[in-house]
Formats: sequence, C-alpha cells, structure tokens
Amino acid sequence: MVKGGRYAWLSTAAFYGLAALFMLPTVFVFYWMITLSLKPQVEAMAYPPSFVRFSVSAAGYREVFTKYPFFLYTWNSLVVAAGCTVLGLVVGLPAAYSIARWRQQRLAVVILVARIIPGIAYLIPWYIFFRQLRMVDTYGALILTHLIVGLPIIIWVMISFFEDVPADLEDAALIDGCSYFSAFWRIALPLVKPGVVATAILSFVFSWNNFLFSVILAGRSTRTLPIAVYTMISYEEINWGTLAAAATLITLPVLLVALLAQRHIVSGLTFGAVKQ
Amino acid sequence: MPIFSRRLGRWSHRHAQWLFPAPAVLLVAVIIVYPILYTVWMSLQEWFASSLTAPHFIGLANYQKITLADARFREAVGRTIYFTIVAVGAETILGLAMALLFNRQFWGRGLLRTLAILPMVATPTAIGLVFVMMYHPSLGVANYLLSVVGLSPWRWTYSSQTALYALALVDVWQWTPLIMLIALAGLASLPREPYEAAHLDGASTLRAFWHITLPLLRPALVVAVLFRAIDALKTFDIIFVMTQGGPANASETINILLFNQAFSYFNMGYASSMAVALFAVVMGASLILIKVRRSTTW
Repeated sequence: MVKGGRYAWLSTAAFYGLAALFMLPTVFVFYWMITLSLKPQVEAMAYPPSFVRFSVSAAGYREVFTKYPFFLYTWNSLVVAAGCTVLGLVVGLPAAYSIARWRQQRLAVVILVARIIPGIAYLIPWYIFFRQLRMVDTYGALILTHLIVGLPIIIWVMISFFEDVPADLEDAALIDGCSYFSAFWRIALPLVKPGVVATAILSFVFSWNNFLFSVILAGRSTRTLPIAVYTMISYEEINWGTLAAAATLITLPVLLVALLAQRHIVSGLTFGAVKQ
Repeated sequence: MPIFSRRLGRWSHRHAQWLFPAPAVLLVAVIIVYPILYTVWMSLQEWFASSLTAPHFIGLANYQKITLADARFREAVGRTIYFTIVAVGAETILGLAMALLFNRQFWGRGLLRTLAILPMVATPTAIGLVFVMMYHPSLGVANYLLSVVGLSPWRWTYSSQTALYALALVDVWQWTPLIMLIALAGLASLPREPYEAAHLDGASTLRAFWHITLPLLRPALVVAVLFRAIDALKTFDIIFVMTQGGPANASETINILLFNQAFSYFNMGYASSMAVALFAVVMGASLILIKVRRSTTW
C-alpha cells in the first residue's frame, strides 16, 4: 500500500468509494421506504420513479391512522413486547446469575438447543393448547410464546455479563454475612446494569418484530404491528404510500431503540458467542 | 415471626443454587420442553384439528410418508437447503470482503457499525413489504435501476424461475452485515507476528491472506456461518409475506409447507412430523459446522 506521497489521497478516495458502494444498498432500502411513505399516491407509483425531487405529502400516514386502528396495533405491540421483556428479565436474570456463579452448564445447553429448534415446532402445540384454554387472541398467549425467543437471549447474554463480575467482591459480602439474595441484588445486579439495559432492548426488539407466533395466536383485538402490515398487503388495491408509511412506522422505533444497544446487538444475535 | 423469617432466610441462602434458576427452569419446562415433547408425540398421530375425532396413533407412518411418498416435501427440503446455501454463501463472501476492506482505522467507523446494525434489527415483515414494492415488475425501482445500467428487467418474486433468488437477496441484504461484524471482530484479534514473519519471507499479500488470515479467522467465520445457517434454514417471515411459497410452489420451503399443512389444512400430526424433520435438518447442519470448526485442516 502506498503511504504518503501524491498517491495517498487516491488510495483514500478509492477506499471511501468502495465503502460507499458496499453500504449503498443498506442505506438505499431505508431511504426508499421513507421517501415512498412521504410521496403522494400518484408519485409513489410513478414510473420512472423520482429519487430526489418529489412533493411531500402526509396522506400515507393519515390513511394509516384513519383507515386502520393503528393506535390499537401499536399499543398491542408495546404491551406484548414490554410484558415479554419484564417477565423475561425477572425470570432470566437470577437464572443467568446462577449459571454463571455455579457453572450450571446443563441448563445453559438446554436453552441453547431451544435457540436451534424451529419456532414452528413450538407453535403447533401452543396453538392446540391455547385453543383448548380459549386463550387465542389474548396478551397472555402472545407474551408466553414470545418468551420462547426472548428468554434464551436474555439468559445467554447475561451469563457473560455475570461472569465478568469479580468473584472477590461477592465473596467479601458473603463473609460479612450477606445472603446470596442480597449479594445478587445489591452487588452483582448494579454492576451488570448496562447488560440488563442491552438485553432488555434486544428482547423488546425480537418481540416487536415477531411474526410467526403472532400471525396464528393474535386475533382481532390483540393484533400486533407486523400482522397488521401483513393483512394490509392482502388488500391489493392499496396505495404504496400508505404501505410504506406503515412499514416506516413499524421499523423506525426499533431502529432508534436498537441504536442505544448497538454494541450488544451482535453478541445478542450470536448468543454471546461473539463479543465486540 | 422474626425467628421464622430468619430461618426462611437461612434456608433460602442454603438452597440458593436451585432457588435462583427455579423460575426459569419451570418456565423453560412449560414453554419449551413440554411443547417439543408434545410435537414429537403428535408426529406419531393422525389428527385434523378441524375435525371432532380424537387423534389416533399411527406410529411412524407420517415419517414414512414424508420421506418416501411426499414429493412436494422432498422438493421443499431441497429448496430450503438450496436457499440457505445461496444466501449464506453470498453473505459469507460479501461479508468477508467487507470486513477485509473495513479492517483499518478510518473516519466514519462508528457510522459504519451503526449502518450495519440497522438491517439486522429492522422488522422483517416491513422489510419484505418494501422489497415487494421495489420488486414490482413494471413499477418497481429494482427494474428501473437495472434499466439505468443497461440490463434487461427481471421478474424477481413474480416468476418461478427467480423467486427463490429474489428472496435470498433480501436475506443477503439483511444479514451480510452480521457476518461482516463478526469477521471484523475476528480480524481485530489476530496476532501481528505471523504477518511480520511472512513479510520478511517475501510472501505476497494474497498468500498471507490465504495461509494466515483465513485459517486464523476460521473459528469466527464458522460461528458466523453457523448462526446464519440455522436461521436461514428456518426463514419464514420474508417468504411468507412476499410470496407465500409461490409462484407455483417455487419458493415453498419446509417451513412454509408445514405452516400451511398445520394452519390451512389443520393436519396437525403430519405437520408435526415435518417440524421434527426440519429440526433434524437444522441440527444436522449445526453439527456439520461444529465439526468443521473442530477439525484442524482448512
């Protein structure tokens, strides 16, 4: 590689040119989604499409909220994702602490296998059970099934955080007569607070994005956003601006929230196998 | 009362090892282990959830049917594996190339990471929807961009010849950044000495890449491919939203076929046997990859 001299800027320019080329598709899809949502109907479906110059209209967004109960769908998504996350943390944090502290590998392996099993293998029995219990179309059914995805992520990511807590600190507290419960609550938990925030965000995002479980188990009153958008596609004559507005409204909150946890996303997606 | 609570405190302290994980174990047993056992049991039954008759035991007949008699299932298995190889293969090559390019100090590194994260967390349903509009044969921006660079238009998800590739492209768009980030983390942890030695010996950059970088990077790459392969074999959202397995079954993977068996025809026993088979495929792929990671030769 040429260093210094008059070719240095050329190599830098080539690097940034290549970088832009590689990242262009990523940016473009989001750019297209957002600009499409802002175009009036005629321009959204115009060919050739306009990339930069178009008139801005809020018609798509207005239609999303007036023609469909979009507030209800958003509320449903929020309740389910928050419920799944809170329950997952309450149950998962002590388990992760215990796996890290007492090396309970067998439990960890069971949870890892749960990650490999296809979601649909859970969905068939859950559908049969919830139908018998008359729990289809309830928040409870959605929260429990979303936990199948959320709980393993919370536990596996938190194991590595709890392993990083220095054992001396806890041992000192235990010698002073502190119980395991207060060692966990007063010493370990405050130290892993960044991890808790990150895993909470991860589990929230996974629940928010979940399609497979919700498409079967959510009904008219608990329909979440991904299902709402899916049913919108089925109406063929719908305007592209409206569809893009709905897609933007679903995706934007996740993107913003995920930025807060970006250092932990990869570790969450790979079950803590890769740390950044 | 205080004595009682102190006793309770001491008791719980002594049994902390199983009290801590107890709620999680209970929950995992109820929401994960029991449903799986139920699915395995159900795969040995014949039962239509839409009828009033009870399930009846037919042994391994469902498995016999999917392996020997059901050509549609066999095709779906082939398609699922093909989709995974195409998508994950492209992601690995692209992701590795990007990681090699970005493995340096440069202005905008943080921005790069942020951009890489976005497709991975975006709601797949919404992304599928955006791609449906971009892929539209006459009005979509994808064909417009092809025409700008002088290529003839494609029919993307609207033709049985290209549907699977068009879907794989969405997967590539979403997940190449994951492989890139994992490979970047792997590259950052490589030792410097072998390169210095290779440089002294007059080895070319390409040779150094082939003989030093790739072997050292292999564990990280295998982890990346493993996670991608597991999820690509299970891909559901994007296919279901964009093509529902069509046109003419051209993109019908195991997941889609079995979803329709279970929730359109309510053929629960048969669908369960497919679910077990899908799990076997995913498990098999994982074991092969884990073996690749352990073996010493590249």
